[in-house]
Amino acid sequence: MATQTEPAAPDRATYVAVAQTPEFDRLRRTLRGFVFPMTVAFFVWYALYVVLSAYARDFMGTKVVGNINVALVFGLLQFVSTFLIAWLYSRFASRRLDPLADQIRHDMENGGSR
Amino acid sequence: MRYLAAADPATTRTITISLFVLFVLITLGITVWASRQTRNATDFYAGGRTFSGFQNGMAIGGDYMSAASFLGIAGIIALNGYDGFLYSIGFLVAWLVALLLVAELLRNSGKYTMADVLAFRMRQPPVRTAAAVSTVTVSIFYLLAQMVGAGALVALLLGIKPGTTFLGMDANTAKIATIIMIGALMITYVTVGGMKGTTYVQIVKAFMLMGGAILMAVLVLIHFKFNLSALLGAAAEKSGKGAAFLEPGLVYGKEVAGNATQTFYNKIDLLSLGIALVLGTAGLPHILIRFYTVPTARTARRSVLWAIGIIGSFYLLTLALGFGAAALVGGAAIREQNPGGNTAAPQLAQELGTEYFGGDVGGATFLAVIAAVAFATILAVVAGLTLASSSSMAHDFYANVVKKGVTSERQEVVVARISAFVIGAIAIVLGILAKDLNVAFLVALAFAVAASGNLPAIIYSLFWKKFNTTGAVSAIYGGLISCVVLVFFSPVVSGAATSMFPKEDWQWWPLSNPGIISIPFGFLCGWLGTILSRDRADDAKYAELEVRSLTGVGAH
Repeated sequence: MATQTEPAAPDRATYVAVAQTPEFDRLRRTLRGFVFPMTVAFFVWYALYVVLSAYARDFMGTKVVGNINVALVFGLLQFVSTFLIAWLYSRFASRRLDPLADQIRHDMENGGSR
Repeated sequence: MRYLAAADPATTRTITISLFVLFVLITLGITVWASRQTRNATDFYAGGRTFSGFQNGMAIGGDYMSAASFLGIAGIIALNGYDGFLYSIGFLVAWLVALLLVAELLRNSGKYTMADVLAFRMRQPPVRTAAAVSTVTVSIFYLLAQMVGAGALVALLLGIKPGTTFLGMDANTAKIATIIMIGALMITYVTVGGMKGTTYVQIVKAFMLMGGAILMAVLVLIHFKFNLSALLGAAAEKSGKGAAFLEPGLVYGKEVAGNATQTFYNKIDLLSLGIALVLGTAGLPHILIRFYTVPTARTARRSVLWAIGIIGSFYLLTLALGFGAAALVGGAAIREQNPGGNTAAPQLAQELGTEYFGGDVGGATFLAVIAAVAFATILAVVAGLTLASSSSMAHDFYANVVKKGVTSERQEVVVARISAFVIGAIAIVLGILAKDLNVAFLVALAFAVAASGNLPAIIYSLFWKKFNTTGAVSAIYGGLISCVVLVFFSPVVSGAATSMFPKEDWQWWPLSNPGIISIPFGFLCGWLGTILSRDRADDAKYAELEVRSLTGVGAH
């Protein structure tokens, strides 16, 4: 919210009550259900790249086309996966997270806790 | 073979200085304009929270693509081939941590600084103090790297060679003068323009840097007729190292024949570097405060997406620049100018300018343009760092620890401006003292400190209900201190020919990058501090933090 349209902040009891609603639980589980596995996935994928760079030099040096080797392709795939995950998250967030968050915020700003 | 010394230094020097002065005048104009729009604390700390996702994404790119990225990575690739690419990948993948786990939640629940989130449900004074200490530590290491880089470059870019002078200054005096000038400018940007002025400076710089990098990369590709394999082949051949130049292992994780122990340490060191790079970004205070310059969490998300786009494209370009410099300038000519390879990109510009823009004058001109871009890059990054640390001193330490939260916002901003001045002065003095030290080490250390001291506390704060004050303080100091201590006793500081103090030897720790120990240690300290202390986490405050961070209710 921009500062000038900031509504009166709800009190702490309201937050505690909202945190226990099934709607909020659903938002929390939806968010964590996406970001935690995705974080593990990209971290493992990146770690695999670093570990192969350290310990599998022969494999990384294998030529694919001309002077382009596995190491370069693997590195470029890290770029591709980063762009892909960023796009997937943005799509997931606007389709699945934003509507849930909007609903809860709307309810809180129009009549306190439910 | 042409390199810097072959160009007429007076021509290059005049063009570089003119372009740099032009950049400074434009940005100072923006800064003065921004200062007229800066009326309250939100304007000063967070640029009024009115920037768009695209603008903030470009500004993040401006803050992130530092001298280490532009000059350092291109230089490492030019001299050592593939290994420089490891940095690019780590620096880019790191943005996923920021996107998925930190950016939006931080935007929703904080106000001006990283500590707003760390201290949200904790006792304010200890957590804010710890956060201010680690913010200033990370920023100073990062600042030093940039200022030392600027000092080291200036003698080369202005063409001052041993025995010659420029305006009566020899190379050493010119370095000191440059560090003082950069320091004075960054203090001006921050104290006068605040976050608004600094953000516009970052945006202008991001466009200049991208423009320069795209132009150079396109010229390299034209030279090799858009045949990537031919570019790589030419680079490998000119390096004299053959196919090994295109594979990992020339500098990081080096295999030392007949010394299994050293080989083992080298490989662990590579893993350690990889971890520090990927986990450092989401703990860098000057990056985190950028998320407060946009109106909502959704704009924060969009700004990270733009940032990933521009930063990723930039690192792909540095690949062409690095291998291009290796192929067209050659390692020998680069090493002759700068043993660390920091002048590879400007030297490549000269080579390309000579080839495509009409001989020596074209070469000198293009060199001057790229040199001016490099100075603009350094200047913008140091301004962002100074702003982050002065905000933390004023908002975290002065307002919430010294004054216990009883102070006016106007007073806070006055303190922030004074802090910017003091931190700038400290950075100038340290920059002069450190002017001959290794630059890459300082940046990697800044990332390691950020990943060890800040990231565990941020992640626990946002996601772990039981996390408490003792846990937060332990995580920050544990990660920070273990990191700095391990570096102090590492071969980076003493005991090796390439150390900061090559003649001394108190080294007992074998790894150059401490991340593989200090990052898990930071997480461990946070966990132990939490479960061993008698502190009880405040469940109601966690509920508030969770609801606010996920929904944006009550966001500033």
